[in-house]
Amino acid sequence: MPEGTLCNKKPVDTAEGINTLLADTSGNTYYQEMKALEVDSDLLWKTIQNTFKSRMKTWFEICAHCGMCAESCFLYQVNGRDPKQVPAYKIQSTLGKIIKRKGKVDNQFMRDTMEVAWAKCTCCNRCGMYCPHGIDTGIMFGYLRGLLYQQGFVPWELKIGAGMHRVYRAQMDITNEDFVDTFEWMVEEYEDDYPGLTVPVDIEGADIMYTVNAREVKHYPEDLAEAAILFHIAGENWTVPSKGWEETSLAMFAGDWVACKMQVESVYEAMERLKPKRMIGTECGHAHRATVIEGPYWAGRKNGQPPSESIHYVEWLAEALNTGKLKIDPSKRIKEPVTLQDSCNYIRNQGLKKATRDIIKHIVEPGYFIEMSPNKEHNYCCGGGGGFNGIGKFRKQRNIALITKRDQILATGAKLVLAPCHNCWDAIRDLEEEYEIGIRWSFLKPIVIKMLDIPEHLKPEE
Amino acid sequence: MHDLLTGVFFWIALGVCLIGMLARFIMYFRGLSWQLDRVAYTSYPGVGFRGAVRSIYKWLIPFGTYGWRTQPFIAVIFFGFHIGAVLIPLFLLGHNLFLREKLGISFFTLNAAFADILTWTVVASAFFFVLRRLILPEVRIMTTLYDYFILAVSIAPFVTGLLARYQVGDYSFWLNMHIFCGELLLIVIPFTKLSHVFLFFASRAQLGMDFGIKRGGMKGTKMAW
Repeated sequence: MPEGTLCNKKPVDTAEGINTLLADTSGNTYYQEMKALEVDSDLLWKTIQNTFKSRMKTWFEICAHCGMCAESCFLYQVNGRDPKQVPAYKIQSTLGKIIKRKGKVDNQFMRDTMEVAWAKCTCCNRCGMYCPHGIDTGIMFGYLRGLLYQQGFVPWELKIGAGMHRVYRAQMDITNEDFVDTFEWMVEEYEDDYPGLTVPVDIEGADIMYTVNAREVKHYPEDLAEAAILFHIAGENWTVPSKGWEETSLAMFAGDWVACKMQVESVYEAMERLKPKRMIGTECGHAHRATVIEGPYWAGRKNGQPPSESIHYVEWLAEALNTGKLKIDPSKRIKEPVTLQDSCNYIRNQGLKKATRDIIKHIVEPGYFIEMSPNKEHNYCCGGGGGFNGIGKFRKQRNIALITKRDQILATGAKLVLAPCHNCWDAIRDLEEEYEIGIRWSFLKPIVIKMLDIPEHLKPEE
Repeated sequence: MHDLLTGVFFWIALGVCLIGMLARFIMYFRGLSWQLDRVAYTSYPGVGFRGAVRSIYKWLIPFGTYGWRTQPFIAVIFFGFHIGAVLIPLFLLGHNLFLREKLGISFFTLNAAFADILTWTVVASAFFFVLRRLILPEVRIMTTLYDYFILAVSIAPFVTGLLARYQVGDYSFWLNMHIFCGELLLIVIPFTKLSHVFLFFASRAQLGMDFGIKRGGMKGTKMAW
């Protein structure tokens, strides 16, 4: 049987299809069917011929097999320096072979390649900074994921995740009504503490259009309230779109480029409809990467920019603190050793290291902030990036991957880790659960709210 | 034989190398695609250019990047090899005399003792390259016969050059072998992994533009290569 009923080359684009996949516990049947999935070599080779151009071709051609990328990869380091974890080897033994064989590879090869693409690379792009030839293996793994997705060799959760974006324009089954209702409900919960607190929906021409991660709506709705509170105290003229509010993209992790385009276009349509001065996304790394950094290209925007200027939450927060829109009560600043997780997606891949450190200056008592080593652009992936966190089949490998971050945190001696990224936050939570090193972790919003110096007129009447 | 090697063969080798490099360089940049590479190359030529120059420049400086500094052993043998491999062919006295005769041009000439040191450094570094490939598991796993072939083709003009220089055995034999190996090297450059001698600049420029335009350059962050 070349195509399974669950595992096949067809993307999921109906709610029923998603439910059927979800009903298959842990994807057991899905992975069983994958063993019989046929490779469409002609399609694979044709796609490669159309998309594998000078940049990647040259990367393969001039790779000197020097091994300098080895040490740059945290997965190489943490897996006993297994030579099979050398970035150049990983890509050459997978994508390299597919190209050498002109797409004529078998089912077993594709399943092995799937494991390399999702369990041996988090697309953190660190190796790209260590190659004398400027070869960015992380980019090639992103490309490889696209080929694997096209052929149906994609982890179960990511097939579902990409399907969610196709059906709901969100990474989870959350409708536009759910989003607005949840946001309004959460704001109501807090309006006694913050008089005048509202969630302005679909306001045209606002200074800020705020977008979120659907997880917040489903699992962490306080985050929505916190965002509203901070905009409120800062006196911002902000809004949320009732449609096009989801900034994340599991489709990007899955390599489903069609769904990637659909997803970002929903946000861009909201920008075009509401014409905000700026779009600000929540504390998420890959969401920013998807919607702000890569998204414009998926949507065919030649200047590489979204329709409205778009910035990361940490950029807005740093600006609000630096300009005094938000004031911190110095007596409430963090007075314990604290460290910061630099997210690959917006630090290494968009250089926002200064914004997060500006925030630290405001919220941490001098002398208590301890940098991880290495840090900033050279920081290691949290261990769960690129979709790794969410793939049950590769949980064992993911838990090993967490060791790098665990040891980096332990070396700082800090018991509190600031993690302004959903993926990093999850990975750090999981590493505490797995290795019990006695740490706490947090997004920035709840920390900042607790130490705000709120102007009298915004305080509740006694 | 000597006349043939220094005559028509020389012209063929030089022509194939230069035209081949130029053609492939042009093909590289024509093959870049803003949408496939997801880099808005033409929208921001200024930041793209600065990113490209910085990306090339930093990696050409010994220990100029974090990557070089964290791996000093490979950095030393890498520069030991490449400094000589670039300077000797262009600036050795013998080569300059030959070039003046052939092309009517000549470059700055290296001090003979210094040239000897450089050449021996190239050969010694190549030896360490081989050693790395044999000993280090992370290098061995990717090493193929092709890598040794590339190294052999690259080092042959230096070894034969030294044999001629010290007149080991028949001087004119080694001189002819040296010229032959040099011409062979020129011919294979555009068609093999040795294309990195010019595609290095292209590839580094591309990643520099990527970082300059999309990954931080426009946010005022210079990538800490």
